[in-house]
Amino acid sequence: MNKTVSSADEAIRDIRDGMTLMLGGFGMSGLPENCIAALVRKGVKDLTCISNNAGVDDFGIGLMLKQRQVKKMISSYVGENAEFERQLLSGELEVELIPQGTLATRCMAAGYGMPAIFTPAGIGTEVAVGKEVRNFNGKDYLMELAFEAHFAIVKAWKGDTMGNLIYRGTSRNFNAVMAMAGNVTIAEVEELVEPGELDPNFIHTPGIYVHRIFQGKDYEKRIEQRTVRKKV
Amino acid sequence: MLDKDGIAKRIAKEIKDGYYVNLGIGIPTLVANYIPAGMDVVLQSENGLLGMGPFPYEGEEDPDFINAGKQTITMLPGAAIFDSAMSFGMIRAKKVNLTILGAMEVSENGDIASWKIPGKMVKGMGGAMDLVASAENIIVAMQHVNKAGESKLLTRCKLPLTGINCVKKIVTELAVLDVLPEGGFKLLERAPGVTIEQIKNATEGKLIIEGEVPEMVI
Repeated sequence: MNKTVSSADEAIRDIRDGMTLMLGGFGMSGLPENCIAALVRKGVKDLTCISNNAGVDDFGIGLMLKQRQVKKMISSYVGENAEFERQLLSGELEVELIPQGTLATRCMAAGYGMPAIFTPAGIGTEVAVGKEVRNFNGKDYLMELAFEAHFAIVKAWKGDTMGNLIYRGTSRNFNAVMAMAGNVTIAEVEELVEPGELDPNFIHTPGIYVHRIFQGKDYEKRIEQRTVRKKV
Repeated sequence: MLDKDGIAKRIAKEIKDGYYVNLGIGIPTLVANYIPAGMDVVLQSENGLLGMGPFPYEGEEDPDFINAGKQTITMLPGAAIFDSAMSFGMIRAKKVNLTILGAMEVSENGDIASWKIPGKMVKGMGGAMDLVASAENIIVAMQHVNKAGESKLLTRCKLPLTGINCVKKIVTELAVLDVLPEGGFKLLERAPGVTIEQIKNATEGKLIIEGEVPEMVI
């Protein structure tokens, strides 16, 4: 069950115009940098991107926005990106903002084989417009549908050739959820090892969810808000 | 009148031993600096961490360790990391005891608006809608009036809502107020040097004053 591909370009070879992609990461943490660069090189257009954030002007999904490759973003928070804001206000870009937990759980539902979930997030707000509301035990919940994505693209710390993944720190975020949710899941990892080298007790994403894996290179791993304290 | 740190300090007094607490971006983040020593409190960051510690020492920042405000952070002993779905699972399941977040407006029935100014600013709701819809104990930290001098404590919110009937307590630079279940802002404490009159003038919604209102001790 060897799922290794040689490069990011090979991993994304059949992503075509108009497809829906999930992209892992939170802010700058855990971004599939190699695949994003390959998507920019390939120049595919009219993409719908499901991702918690939209990157900044010159990093992450911001690079794809700059090339006008994205038709629609489905995100929870899109601040800190001037080009994004410009495209949004001019109507070039369609944006659906949804609560972060709803975003994560709609991915989770896809990975767990459930067509929909019920969440109180957004009740009484514009997020609820047009959605079915059900009352359970006296409280209202919105019905939110599982996402369907042609591809999920995630970044992990370590992986083996069978597609088992381990994430590091808070870069697990949406990566572990989206990894389960793509029709095809592509994982790029900092270190690719042989089966047996990762302890099965500590696998975060079982390889059954992963279709293609490769070892990425030249990770920039940018920091969005560098906050430190002085040694006293 | 309190500065931002003063607001954070006052809110820190609401935290109890054994609490799991989620701190929003802005003033709420500062609350972490004022949790009394010896109190057993675990901070949840909704990007997937329990046991958030202070900022790292210079040179020890790690891009794989950030909080929900995308700031570099450290972890304390006993920390746990999880994915975004589980993070909001524990929020929805009410495992988090206290949520502290900022707001643009709060109404006298506990509605909150915090994510959008139509035509001006659209950054998104992030995790705020999930937090306010599920948390039972929500404190809002904010300025009493906006930059234009208009009250942020309203009869009804004017901006798009983040959640309804959810805010329980508000701490501003002027006062501590409870949002009553039957509606209305009940004035609990005045900030040092602030008069009832100042608070009245800065509050558009129904303000309830009963008896002597003590000056807060921070």
